[in-house]
Amino acid sequence: MAIAPQRPRIYEGTRIPSPIPSVLELPQELRTSDDVLTVNFGPNHPSTHGVLRLVVDLHGEEVVGLAAVIGYLHTGFEKNMEQKSWWKAITYPERIDYVSFQYNELVFVLAIEQLLEVPERATWMRMLLCELTRIHSHLVWLGTAGLELGAISMFWYCFRERDRILDLFELVTGVRMHTRYFQAGGLAEDIPPGFFDECAKFVEVMPKAIDEYEALVDRSQIWLERTQGLGLLSADDAIALGQSGPVLRASGVDWDLRREQPYLVYDRVDFRVPVRQEGDVYARYRVRMEEMRESVRIIDQALRRMPGGPWIADDRKVVLPPREELHTSMESLIHHFKIVTEGYRVPEGEVYVTVESPRGELGCYVVSDGGPKPWRVKFRAPSFVALEATATCMRNALVADLIAIVGSLDTVMGEVDR
Amino acid sequence: MLNYNRVPGLVETREGKGETTLVVDAPRLREAARYLRDELGFNFLSDIAATDYLGWGGKGVSGYIGSAGGRDLNKPSTQGLQRLPRPKPRRFSVSYHLLMLRAGAGTRVRLQVWVDDAEPVPSVVAVWPTADWHEREAWDLFGIRFDGHPNPQRILMDDDWEGHPLRKDYPIGGEPVRFSGEE
Repeated sequence: MAIAPQRPRIYEGTRIPSPIPSVLELPQELRTSDDVLTVNFGPNHPSTHGVLRLVVDLHGEEVVGLAAVIGYLHTGFEKNMEQKSWWKAITYPERIDYVSFQYNELVFVLAIEQLLEVPERATWMRMLLCELTRIHSHLVWLGTAGLELGAISMFWYCFRERDRILDLFELVTGVRMHTRYFQAGGLAEDIPPGFFDECAKFVEVMPKAIDEYEALVDRSQIWLERTQGLGLLSADDAIALGQSGPVLRASGVDWDLRREQPYLVYDRVDFRVPVRQEGDVYARYRVRMEEMRESVRIIDQALRRMPGGPWIADDRKVVLPPREELHTSMESLIHHFKIVTEGYRVPEGEVYVTVESPRGELGCYVVSDGGPKPWRVKFRAPSFVALEATATCMRNALVADLIAIVGSLDTVMGEVDR
Repeated sequence: MLNYNRVPGLVETREGKGETTLVVDAPRLREAARYLRDELGFNFLSDIAATDYLGWGGKGVSGYIGSAGGRDLNKPSTQGLQRLPRPKPRRFSVSYHLLMLRAGAGTRVRLQVWVDDAEPVPSVVAVWPTADWHEREAWDLFGIRFDGHPNPQRILMDDDWEGHPLRKDYPIGGEPVRFSGEE
């Protein structure tokens, strides 16, 4: 099952616990010991990025047993979406992963669009916004992960740039988060004229900001000692545990869906896929920093090469007619009414669409019976899968490292529990 | 092109929208999984998605005026279908989305099994460890039992929850609202 000839030697063999891959069980010799303390870490703890409960067995400072308990944020998104018409359901996916909202929106819309032609301008704009979202998501990760390890100033600097990105979202979509800007068939509105100048300013500022972050933490001895050599995950274990995104690439697997299975127009822009060989917390941090730089490059190219023309498909059975036509055209009024009340129909069938979200492989499985509502929507949430690896990463860890390790997997609990 | 003819227990191969679906006999799922992983190289299990097809096609045909199915003017339903979907063999489907994660490959395939209520599906945790939580989720939300799963617990709902919420016969809004003045 080798994926690369020169696989990094992070550790010998496999460290995945057996028989339950996601639970680290107490070693036999400690089961009768009085020295083992069982601690509930969470569900309400500021550094669990939401409501995650880790049941940790401690022997002194050493973590000897671990089980992750999830479900505290389960809100039944998938059930809810079955009750909504296709175009009303687009609002839901964004709330699933509230830090990289546009990716969830994108993957659901792409799944619907297996039947539609999307204009080029919309495709480029989607790619641009998604890369902005990737930076946004990594900034939130870097800020909070830094905060948890005591680098409090990181939080303020990261959220300074994050705010600039949210300003850009507000400029384009009118909303700072959960933008609902992608429609089946294209975009909800054309790109406003002022956006290109503002976004170009951001492209100029962002690389310098990343330099600043690196200056703050990359030469800080505390940061290095708290991240290097911790939370080890080998390439084979990462694949067996279904890890994806920065976690997989930090374990030495050169895999990025944007390059391997290009969607949108990723095959027409130039970018690099950062890979690290160490498989530790520090490698995951480095991969995310490099990815932010690459995202800035993609945004820059998209800004320069953004094509003109329509921003949404011209198919009145699926796409709402322009507002001004409603006053003059009977057909437009009928189409508007039909789409809003009944919704459009999606042909019978099932599809599984994947994109590379900031957290890894984000998949959406959609089943349609040919009616106006989805029969079944299932999201493959990369955070959900990342948490399965906690037991493997936490081998031989100290309790103080637990936060650094869980943080490095970059989980968003909304996405884990859906 | 990969040759799927020798997948153990293969019932049907479907192509559509650029995706390949392999339907296998449920009791031989683990054999098929091992074959796909070891012989064909599908080393990455992306997702397990269960679906409940209870009432599939039950809405009947209403359609637009002039459509082939016609329209019953006494029942002006807008929720009906334009044509009935193809019937499904059993109540539940479980779809395993596999990926060949290797430089230059990247083939995807959907491995699918069909079961009725209370029929077990063999667990594939031993083949792909990541299946652990996916199978627990399918048990929790659909009540599909996975034979040989090392830790068959609920995962998203409470341990003492009754019913499986993503089943089509699970009531919507069925959770009683407390403090509504009726108590």
